Amino acid sequence: MTEITKDIVAEHGLTEDEYADVLSILGRTPNLTELGIFSVMWSEHCSYKSSKKWLKTLPTEAPWVICGPGENAGVIDIGDGQAAIFKMESHNHPSFIEPYQGAATGVGGIMRDVFTMGARPIANMNALRFGRPDHPKTGHLVSGVVAGIAGYGNCMGVPTVGGETNFHASYDGNILVNAMTVGLADTDNIFYSAAAGIGNPVVYVGSKTGRDGIHGATMASAEFDDDSEEKRPTVQVGDPFTEKLLLEACLELMATDAIVAIQDMGAAGLTSSSFEMADKGGVGIELNLDHVPMREEGMTPYEIMLSESQERMLMVLKPGREEEARKIFEKWELDFSVIGKVTDTGRMVLTMNGEIAADLPVAPLADAAPEYDRPWIKTPPPTILKGEDVPEPNDLGDVLLKLMGSSEIASRKWIWEQYDHMVMGDTIQRPGGDAAVVRVHGTKKALAITTDCTPRYCYADPEMGGAQAVAETWRNITATGGKPLAITDCMNFGNPQRPEIMGQFVGCINGMRRACTALDYPVISGNVSLYNETNGTGIYPTPAIGGVGLLADYSKMTTLAFKSEGDVVMLLGDLTGELGQTIYLREIEGREDGAPPTVDLEKERKHGDYLREMIEKGLITAAHDISDGGLGVALAEMAIAGNVGAEILLDTALPSHAALFAENQACYVITVKPDNVEMVRGFALAEDIPLHIIGTIGHTDLKIDGVLTISVSRLKNVHANWLPDLMSRPGSE
Amino acid sequence: MKAAVIVFPASNCDRDLKVALTHSMGREPDMVWHGDSELPDTDLIAIPGGFSYGDYLRAGAMAANSPIMREVVKKAESGTPVLAICNGFQIATETGMLPGALLRNAGQKFVCRDVDLLITSQNERFVGGFEQGEVVRFPVAHHDGNFYADDDKLNELEAEGQVAFRYVTPDGEQTDEANPNGSRNNIAGIYNKVGNVLGLMPHPERLISDELGGTDGKRFFDHLVNSIV
Repeated sequence: MTEITKDIVAEHGLTEDEYADVLSILGRTPNLTELGIFSVMWSEHCSYKSSKKWLKTLPTEAPWVICGPGENAGVIDIGDGQAAIFKMESHNHPSFIEPYQGAATGVGGIMRDVFTMGARPIANMNALRFGRPDHPKTGHLVSGVVAGIAGYGNCMGVPTVGGETNFHASYDGNILVNAMTVGLADTDNIFYSAAAGIGNPVVYVGSKTGRDGIHGATMASAEFDDDSEEKRPTVQVGDPFTEKLLLEACLELMATDAIVAIQDMGAAGLTSSSFEMADKGGVGIELNLDHVPMREEGMTPYEIMLSESQERMLMVLKPGREEEARKIFEKWELDFSVIGKVTDTGRMVLTMNGEIAADLPVAPLADAAPEYDRPWIKTPPPTILKGEDVPEPNDLGDVLLKLMGSSEIASRKWIWEQYDHMVMGDTIQRPGGDAAVVRVHGTKKALAITTDCTPRYCYADPEMGGAQAVAETWRNITATGGKPLAITDCMNFGNPQRPEIMGQFVGCINGMRRACTALDYPVISGNVSLYNETNGTGIYPTPAIGGVGLLADYSKMTTLAFKSEGDVVMLLGDLTGELGQTIYLREIEGREDGAPPTVDLEKERKHGDYLREMIEKGLITAAHDISDGGLGVALAEMAIAGNVGAEILLDTALPSHAALFAENQACYVITVKPDNVEMVRGFALAEDIPLHIIGTIGHTDLKIDGVLTISVSRLKNVHANWLPDLMSRPGSE
Repeated sequence: MKAAVIVFPASNCDRDLKVALTHSMGREPDMVWHGDSELPDTDLIAIPGGFSYGDYLRAGAMAANSPIMREVVKKAESGTPVLAICNGFQIATETGMLPGALLRNAGQKFVCRDVDLLITSQNERFVGGFEQGEVVRFPVAHHDGNFYADDDKLNELEAEGQVAFRYVTPDGEQTDEANPNGSRNNIAGIYNKVGNVLGLMPHPERLISDELGGTDGKRFFDHLVNSIV
């Protein structure tokens, strides 16, 4: 038997204090298998030990929330006995080491989280951050990650309908791959993970267990250094074919009432699934590891418990239902094995070859996971930059062209054309708009889905950035006509043991809390990814937010495309002219300083609620929120999408560059039929909403009077070409 | 009219095809599991898109050897119309029901987008609802849609009027830019010699209403159902 030395404890990522807790919980020295189990259960990835204190402060309730954080995914009520189930999760560390498999298994994992709860996945999204475009690894990473997401999602037959991609030097050594899945279930047929029923069989289904991914959760809880490439063997390999079969088999079994509880084997595999199920149910579990289907011979209990082989599930069945369930899994040619039973001991007892391999108390291990109040320091508040603080350019037309072809704003079509975004036949707003919209099959309803975060804002002012990320998802859903209902968050940060990083985390959470509260928009699921650092340099704080909203009648949906010549273009909201942290400042002045745009949540709520009301009345022909690149870019995007120009007259005291390129919050560009202008203005006046006529749709140029005139086709070309050009450089494949 | 949709492990456009057929027929098609060895009585066999058997070995290769495909080939030989879309087209070439092969896309990437297609030859049953020379729009979504046949076979397909659809510009021009996958002669779909089997890479079942972005697919299915009835 391996002796547990200090070195072995350290290799398992446990601190001396944590190991002392292990000894006091057990009252003896753990064996290697037990130590491995403690190690993954208490890893940052599984235990949220640095973040829990702060996550608890987020609002998680609303009348439409059926299940908030803590289960495999969150659940909201969308009426008519139907529920939307969703979550976003990170797969950052594996994707940097092995981009194709890392991204693919990230997609596989998040889909399992959703169908474990009884939902059929109906849409996938992804939020990606890569290093600077000219970093030698960027092309290769983009190409591998996108192909991995496509390879998995396309085979599953779930449309990948949108997402976002940023490029910035802070991600040179740590890319972020955050995948989100939205599923649909009946409210009376949702499955949870709490094991129950003493003596009930514990069943393993899906793929066989191999030696892949051992200690993936521990890797995901540490910084990278120059030797991280050597961690390639800890990355799992995905098999979307098996997952598709697992999905269909699980849903088929879920249509019966044989399942008591079910949990997917994600990070930390059989260990975390069995402990979570036992802990939630307040019971014990006995597992006979000899019955675990294995891919390789000679696997030890340690390897079996820590393997992160993909496409596996653990279930507790009602007694006597094993054969019925077995038939379904055999039809789908999947492994099915009764590997244990639920007990009343409150202990996890593992046996193999007739010997006890581990005997651990469940509750202390799961509940007594360390929780830290890490020291943190507040990010110093930056200075607001007004138009007067930034020199005016000579040619605003050149500026607009440059921004449209810049890394943050250029079209992502090269990416989303590789995703099947139409399968299932319900995608009614494809990628490229404010939010994707998918119909709730067979109904008038549809879900609007978006992911957003502006990391440069979060870096400059975490609290403002956190609020802005939530507000932007809310606006994007609103711009389609949807009512935003809830969010999932994927909190990507550096090393929490550094007080300035912990300060970014706390700041972002505080901002998110303010926004969620002001917008009635709770957090229902999420994930934390810390230690996104290489050689001591952290990423920009990136709380990626995935928002979901409901359109009660999708025939009322709006898109951002300019529709008909003669429609009147209006600006909803006020231009502030703040230029700090804008794409303009970065691309034109080469500066990344100043305060991010001010988020006024009261205005967000008021302007958004007004717009949604106008859309519901059928008065709006196009809507688009203002974000990266400001009003100028918003107008260009609407013109490109509609393939028609507009003539705009800006009546403002602001300098033109500040009016056009400030990234004002709580603002939308909308278009209205001439006959409806007075009505729309009347409603705005009654509610004291700022609404200004700024132009008319028509012709083939985007013309801003006295400032610029550019043909829509030219805008379209620079917007379309940047990413394909980047990806056609040598070494990008 | 009765139709049968064949379902393989990891077929994933089976539901979409069922929806499109149900809209046009006014009744649901039979969904037939790959492991079955008998087909129900049917007027149309439809083989859907997806990743049957995970595309392992080669797209369509394993499905082509499933028990149900022996029956499908027999029915096709006796004249039952067969519509094979995307992965279905790949399976149909693997069984030999249709000539040629579908190679990896020339761009090496999966491609999902609407494409413009020229109705190239007249086949009353499948495309009688369109004018010959009309340009219609269906989406493609595939990784292996690059149609290949050797020169002799290609000449034969062209001479016999077996080319059903070609990738073109919206104006009907056959250009390299309009070809999403490098298919020879921009071929998007072909008939067998007799004309009762149609294989095509694009998905007509995905554009069957205005909300989805077009109705050319609905026109296709409406006509197909009418012509079979």
